[in-house]
Amino acid sequence: MARVVVDVMLKPEILDPQGQAVAGALPRFGVTGVTSVRVGKRIEIEFAGTPDLEQVRHIADRLLANPVIETYTVRLEDETGGARPEPTAAGAAA
Amino acid sequence: MSIVVGVVTFPGSLDDRDAMRAVRRCGGTAVRLWHADDSLYGVDAVILPGGFSYGDYLRCGAIARFAPVMETIADAARGGLPVLGICNGFQILCEAHLLPGALVRNEHLHFRNRDQRLRIGSVASAWTNAFTPGQEIVIPVKNGEGRYVADAKTLDQLEAEDRVIARYVDGNPNGSMRDIAGIRNEAGNVVGLMPHPEHAIDELTGPSLDGQGFFVSVLQHLASARTVAAR
Repeated sequence: MARVVVDVMLKPEILDPQGQAVAGALPRFGVTGVTSVRVGKRIEIEFAGTPDLEQVRHIADRLLANPVIETYTVRLEDETGGARPEPTAAGAAA
Repeated sequence: MSIVVGVVTFPGSLDDRDAMRAVRRCGGTAVRLWHADDSLYGVDAVILPGGFSYGDYLRCGAIARFAPVMETIADAARGGLPVLGICNGFQILCEAHLLPGALVRNEHLHFRNRDQRLRIGSVASAWTNAFTPGQEIVIPVKNGEGRYVADAKTLDQLEAEDRVIARYVDGNPNGSMRDIAGIRNEAGNVVGLMPHPEHAIDELTGPSLDGQGFFVSVLQHLASARTVAAR
């Protein structure tokens, strides 16, 4: 099994009110000196075999991101999973 | 023979019935089209209604754009079929690249629902020819992701080619660039509009009857095309 991660971000010139709202909440936690917060999407796609990254780029460009307003990156996550946020069901069993 | 307007129902469409009623109120025949059926059954025009197609998942209109019916509509639109996208329909038309730009989260993050004053711009479209340029109308606006954005070059081009069909006046409800509420394609057959004309066709339920103009426009446009064809 292999996991491909697609990160989608609004282009820098597109206003991100969601990020601004998050930035506005940070002083409540005593976090100061923040100049910008922007919120994007992370999409994880798991393949049974070896993923075809060209194919993933195609769906990223056509469906997962809207290139009019967003940029995206496509990367294959390594075997160790890098910084996976939580163990998968398979990982927990192992 | 009556002019037939097809209204597409996607999973999550809300205003399809209102759009059909608006067509009938203005003298046309309305039929339902289904998102998973790629046939248009010979309709003379198509309306993509408001709502939350496919739950607005991923981005508004992003998944609807690939529905079987949309592939057919995109081809037909390039061939001149009149297509009006209202609210979610406008989002779908932008996602399908039938209209430039995109609609994103309102600047203030709030869902905005109110009667909205608009100023009509271009009347050189299948859906706005019954108005006069500069005419002011009041129809409801209701969206959470209705802020029209495009790069400066695209916005300049839309203005230079007289392709803005309506702008917000007396307050921009969502932060749309240059107060844009609706645009048309180059040929004028495809129009996207964020506010809802189909909710302003009846004194009992709407703030005005101003919404009728959009439906009357397309019926007039198609009727005159038929007259020319019959000569």
